[in-house]
Amino acid sequence: MIEVQNLTKHYGPVTAIRDVSFSVAPGEIVGFLGPNGAGKSTTMRILSCFMPASGGTAKVAGFDVFSESMEVRRRIGYLPESVPLYTELRVAAYLDFVAETKGVPRGERKKRVAEAMDRCRIADVQNRLIGKLSKGYRQRVGLAQAIVSDPAVLILDEPTIGLDPRQITEIRELIKGLAGEHTVILSTHILPEVSMVCSSVVIINKGVIVAQGPIDTLVEQFFPTARVEVEIAGPSPAAVREALRVIPGVVSVSDLPGFDGIGRYVVESSRGRDVRGEVFRLAAQQRWDLRELRRMGMTLEEVFLHVVAGEQSEPEAPTS
Amino acid sequence: MKIWPIFKKEMRLYFTSPVAWVIMAVFLFIAGYFFYSIFSYYARVSMQSAMNPMGGGLNVTDGVLRPLFSNFSVILLLMMPLITMRLFAEERRSGTIELLLTYPVRDGAVLLAKFLAAFALYALMIALTLLYPAIIWYFAPLEWGPILTGYAGLLLMGATFIAVGVFASSLTENQIVAALVSFLILLMFWVVGWSADFADPALARVLQHLSLTEHNESFAKGVFETKDVIFYVNFTLVALFLALRSLEARRWKG
Repeated sequence: MIEVQNLTKHYGPVTAIRDVSFSVAPGEIVGFLGPNGAGKSTTMRILSCFMPASGGTAKVAGFDVFSESMEVRRRIGYLPESVPLYTELRVAAYLDFVAETKGVPRGERKKRVAEAMDRCRIADVQNRLIGKLSKGYRQRVGLAQAIVSDPAVLILDEPTIGLDPRQITEIRELIKGLAGEHTVILSTHILPEVSMVCSSVVIINKGVIVAQGPIDTLVEQFFPTARVEVEIAGPSPAAVREALRVIPGVVSVSDLPGFDGIGRYVVESSRGRDVRGEVFRLAAQQRWDLRELRRMGMTLEEVFLHVVAGEQSEPEAPTS
Repeated sequence: MKIWPIFKKEMRLYFTSPVAWVIMAVFLFIAGYFFYSIFSYYARVSMQSAMNPMGGGLNVTDGVLRPLFSNFSVILLLMMPLITMRLFAEERRSGTIELLLTYPVRDGAVLLAKFLAAFALYALMIALTLLYPAIIWYFAPLEWGPILTGYAGLLLMGATFIAVGVFASSLTENQIVAALVSFLILLMFWVVGWSADFADPALARVLQHLSLTEHNESFAKGVFETKDVIFYVNFTLVALFLALRSLEARRWKG
């Protein structure tokens, strides 16, 4: 549904994104992640036909964003990061304007606007001026604006920024509900959100894509082993390490900084194999004090920190 | 071309904010004052001329409407930038342009819709001044021909003013800068005819021809000259074309 190839954008001497390539399958919700200033908004602005790229191609729903821009625009709903709305208009009148501009036929317009307001739960403020609404409501009006024409592709730039936790949950549910019939690409830097909503992610840093794929695959790719954190008091660390290492399936054992007489270790085993039982029995049998036994969840967050921090420790890229 | 929805939106924005009301009220106040002073002056002069056996030859079209229309063009020079300044500058400042320019509407259609909205507001404002000829008509016989051409001239001149304003508004995200730029351009094209007096004859003709207000003279006399119509239409088209290019350039800059 979205095909991006070698997309590059320069702002004068600054390169915002370089050789960005990814694709999104129909009905998928993809999270577009990256630290602030990584190039998320730039990519989304190009996809939404707001500005042309300096190089590379992008296709949305089979149409090129540059040469077939009108076809693309008919099929997308876009929500920019700043949620720009006409503050002097009333909610319903504004959505009617958007629907009409986006080519919703006159007969369906009323129904579509009502539907969008229902889905985004803004029907109760439909006669209020947008300028008088709270941030949460404005955000939802922005979202309603994106979905009012029932577009095939939704491009949402930070749709939950600045909302309170309950509103975030609501918007998240709403976006989840869009999956299947709509293809969604949403940018964010709130990682737990991504794991909850998206099926796969694209991670961008300093204008370059550093990782992409389904979340599970990515976690596996960057952390091929399962890890267990163990805290044992008593014997010499060397003996404990030795004993832990011989447990079947264990790949490596390393130290974590410990306290007096309490050793902390990270036991890595092949993925899918839970060694906690064996560790417990080993400690019981050796009469060691087992203080803690915890599986370290390797989540998207670790992957993100890994790829983004990994980039940062390297020398600065010459072009950016 | 999907001009209608954006046109409607612009009109709604003009009238939901106080802008349109204030501009119309101020314009009508100033225009009304000019009409009052010109008309009462004319009434006095015509009274004197009626008592003077040598007098006569006074006519209400030349005595009231021509000076009134030429005063209008000065007021409009000052007021029109205020009508057009927000068209693009405000969209850019608030960021709404990012949504507007990603809707399935060509840049040209957006431009035209905004131009037409400002023009409609202007036409409404000008139409309200039809009250003045109506008042004259109540007191004195009136030729409607020159009035008709006078108003056609005002509309044509207004279109160029608006096109210049739209162009200026597309250059910046600051409304005040937009208003000043369009004021500067309009003023330059207004006074350019003055320097014709000192220039050599060939250049003088060109300069005179470039003057925005000079072309309005003949309309008020009841003369509908093709060259003046063409001048205004061309001026409008060039300004709109420049505005379109400026929109496109802005897209590339991001």
